Amino acid sequence: MKVGVITFPGTLDDVDAARAVRLAGAEPVALWHGDADLRGVEAVVVPGGFSYGDYLRAGAIARFAPVMGEVVAAARRGMPVLGICNGFQVLCEAGLLPGALLRNAGLHFVCRDQTLRVERTSTAWTGSYEQGVEIVIPVKNMDGRFTASKSTVDELEGEGRVVFRYVGGNPNGSVGDIAGICSTDGRVVGLMPHPEHAVDALTGPSADGLGIFRSVLGSVPA
Amino acid sequence: MTATHTPGAVHVDTVDHAVSTPEVNQPYRELGLKDDEYARIREILGRRPTDAELAMYSVMWSEHCSYKSSKVHLAYFGTTTTEEMRAGMLAGIGENAGVVDIGDGWAVTFKVESHNHPSYVEPYQGAATGVGGIVRDILAMGARPLAVMDPLRFGAADAPDTRRVLPGVVAGVGGYGNCLGLPNIGGEVVFDPSYQGNPLVNALCVGAMRVEDLHLAHASGTGNKVILFGARTGLDGIGGVSVLASDTFAGDEGGTGRKKLPSVQVGDPFMEKVLIECCLELFGAGLVVGIQDLGGAGLSCATSELASAGDGGMLVNLDRVPLRATGMTPAEILSSESQERMCAVVRPSDVDAFMRVCAKWDVIATEIGEVTDGDRLVITWHGQTVVDVPPRTVAHEGPVYQRPVQRPADQDALVAAGPEQLPRPSGPDELRAEILRMAASPNLASRRWVTEQYDRYVRGGTVLAQPSDAGMIRVDEATGRGVAISCDCNGRFVRLDPYAGTQLALAEAYRNVAVSGARPVAVTNCLNFGSPEDPGVMWQFEQAVRGLADGCAELGIPVTGGNVSFYNQTGATAILPTPVVGVLGVIDDVAARIPTGLGAPGDVLVLLGATEPELGGSEWAHVAHGHLGGRPPAVDLRRERRLAEVLRGGGVAAAHDLSDGGLAQTLVEACLLSGTGCRVTLPGDDPFVALFSESSARVLVAVPPAELDGFTARCTEADVPWRRLGTVGATDVLEIEGIPALPLPELRTAWEGTLPALFG
Repeated sequence: MKVGVITFPGTLDDVDAARAVRLAGAEPVALWHGDADLRGVEAVVVPGGFSYGDYLRAGAIARFAPVMGEVVAAARRGMPVLGICNGFQVLCEAGLLPGALLRNAGLHFVCRDQTLRVERTSTAWTGSYEQGVEIVIPVKNMDGRFTASKSTVDELEGEGRVVFRYVGGNPNGSVGDIAGICSTDGRVVGLMPHPEHAVDALTGPSADGLGIFRSVLGSVPA
Repeated sequence: MTATHTPGAVHVDTVDHAVSTPEVNQPYRELGLKDDEYARIREILGRRPTDAELAMYSVMWSEHCSYKSSKVHLAYFGTTTTEEMRAGMLAGIGENAGVVDIGDGWAVTFKVESHNHPSYVEPYQGAATGVGGIVRDILAMGARPLAVMDPLRFGAADAPDTRRVLPGVVAGVGGYGNCLGLPNIGGEVVFDPSYQGNPLVNALCVGAMRVEDLHLAHASGTGNKVILFGARTGLDGIGGVSVLASDTFAGDEGGTGRKKLPSVQVGDPFMEKVLIECCLELFGAGLVVGIQDLGGAGLSCATSELASAGDGGMLVNLDRVPLRATGMTPAEILSSESQERMCAVVRPSDVDAFMRVCAKWDVIATEIGEVTDGDRLVITWHGQTVVDVPPRTVAHEGPVYQRPVQRPADQDALVAAGPEQLPRPSGPDELRAEILRMAASPNLASRRWVTEQYDRYVRGGTVLAQPSDAGMIRVDEATGRGVAISCDCNGRFVRLDPYAGTQLALAEAYRNVAVSGARPVAVTNCLNFGSPEDPGVMWQFEQAVRGLADGCAELGIPVTGGNVSFYNQTGATAILPTPVVGVLGVIDDVAARIPTGLGAPGDVLVLLGATEPELGGSEWAHVAHGHLGGRPPAVDLRRERRLAEVLRGGGVAAAHDLSDGGLAQTLVEACLLSGTGCRVTLPGDDPFVALFSESSARVLVAVPPAELDGFTARCTEADVPWRRLGTVGATDVLEIEGIPALPLPELRTAWEGTLPALFG
């Protein structure tokens, strides 16, 4: 299976995302922001970083990149798309996911090993987890406080579209301890913490994040 | 003023004009040049310098760029480095950064630099551009930057100005490094009143490349093009390395209405990230003959150093430099320290390909000149020559001073006033309270408030990071080959004895690398001192250099590069002499690293090394009595070397170095990092000394019971003293025999609460 990993100017975690895809058993394919071409991939990861320097607003410029037009069109057809951190912000700006990410409540960049609860396993990216399992993966961001209108939050909670929730402390003041959400069809998932940094206990707090990349393997018809 | 102003226009002082107006008074003193230095420039050129030439000489002959006060002492590094020590060195002192061969065809480059004064004036940007500058130094060697570290020093933790400086510096280090995508794997945060008004912001970067990809800064090959790429050149940072910002020089009086910008540079980490990827693609495609980053002294430095190190001259058309301000003079363009710029020498046939790569990354690139067959650096401005100099006289043949050196008059009194008479805690309850007080003291408390603001995970190669004893990065994903780095210095020890104190800094960094399981191979340094015009400071400096060089010779590892920062003082009071020493180690497979901490329940805790009643300059004397006096702990580098060999022999599940705060602090940290308790018996007959002495060459190791006999036999064989202290427990209590138990939650509250309470 081919999984695309997008690089914008200022993307930082593309090498990590590609490594995670490879360790999960898929083939990572580099996608360039300026090319309106998904190169035949069956799923896409929008990795973390500071695309276009996060100038104006995190993710606000990246959504206009040529490659994003293709990603949005493919997502509407059901292609699995994962947005991590800055990628989550890009997906919100692109309208694939609701809500927005604001400056952390403490106003500092926060990098820590964070416990999350997997709240929903019926998505393209969480099928390999057990419902309710707790995982430890790094969170690291400046603008990670998820927010949305009350009606949107109610809708997300009511439809079970909160995929990950912070446990044992909320690092950024996100509403409802929300760490990650999904689209109505469960094919597009965005989360602030970084599963690609938790694929090997040697270089991360755990290998708990690998399950996200493994999950997508089973989510596409062979 | 050397030129008259026409409102709205820039009058240019050309070489012809300089020849015809020899009598003009030039503001060389305001630019930081001495009378005899200015006379020498006139002698070199056979005429007065132009404004632009004067700008170049003044920045390049500044202390920061020319090492004019330190050069005579730094030469000692060369004379003490043996051929054997040099064997693994691919590039050494004098290059942008030292490079060492780490095996399997990999070369690693690393260096520390200071950005102290800018960080006091403007903490965020000063610290941010400090990170940016050192990263470009590493990039200019042809390497991919892999990680950064930041040794930081501030005034007293509770001083109001520390509350202004520290949060800004930490946010600047994080803001730049995080956005650049480099993991921050360690460093130091030290508080001492001597740094009030003069904080130290040192930045280290480490990078790796294939041995054959090493790039050196030189301009060779007549006809090759000189290309400036990266950010535009603006009015920021002019005079950053000297005292350049004089009214007459900056030319603001001509009614142009331009405002002076501060001499602290402003960074754009996004630009630098793009520049890194662009450079690496250029290197990979073989499109670069020579390359130099633009840091201190900007284009003055880059053009003169490239030309000086090459085999020809250079012609530069300064009017082609892309600017972000209007009406800049040639002198301003040459001395601007605008960030995120590089200068490359490229074969004419590769220029188109070079420009295509830059265009892909949206990096502005401009051909500004070419390598010539002469031996002059000639710079023109709209067809007129404004600079015509022998480049070596700018870059490499600056003034050299033999500054007076004098042991300070108060040194003997300082050494005589030892800590022996200071009241000590006695009895179980007082000792217990002292352990908690020490753990919560600003220099020993958890650095989590700081390090949580740094990304330590990006790029997926971080094996160890703060609060581990050393940072460790995987270089080769296929084989697991990696490097470990630690930076250390206890300025109090250096104040008491600069020679021994610097060796103690070297010993601690060496030990920290060894404790991580790596083999120390090379040394870098950042020598932060007061004014070189103070003979007492020069004595400290001379002693420190000698101590470091002799220590390296004893350990058999070379100094591959370094940085000198003088004038770190407030009024007449110098900072504690602070020669930060960075040691780089190699590990064949990072999977074999030794974690920092206690190991698993049931493991046996063994103390390696001998504990003597050594409390001069200790953290205890500082915290309990605000005392500094006596002699620092004895140095035994041969024992450090044997200790490192024993640690590499295996059998150790976890380890933690003993340094500031002694065994007490090591036990507290090891318990808290591992989240498990232990039960120990103190060595010797004085529990106070056992807990708080800072004797060197000591490590706490956790050894699985099955490995114990073999491990201790190897220690005995290597003549490393060892003593069984106790065992790791499956509890959450630190139990020290004879002292009431210390529950981990209580320790954690003490250790972790201090910095958040001070800085929010």
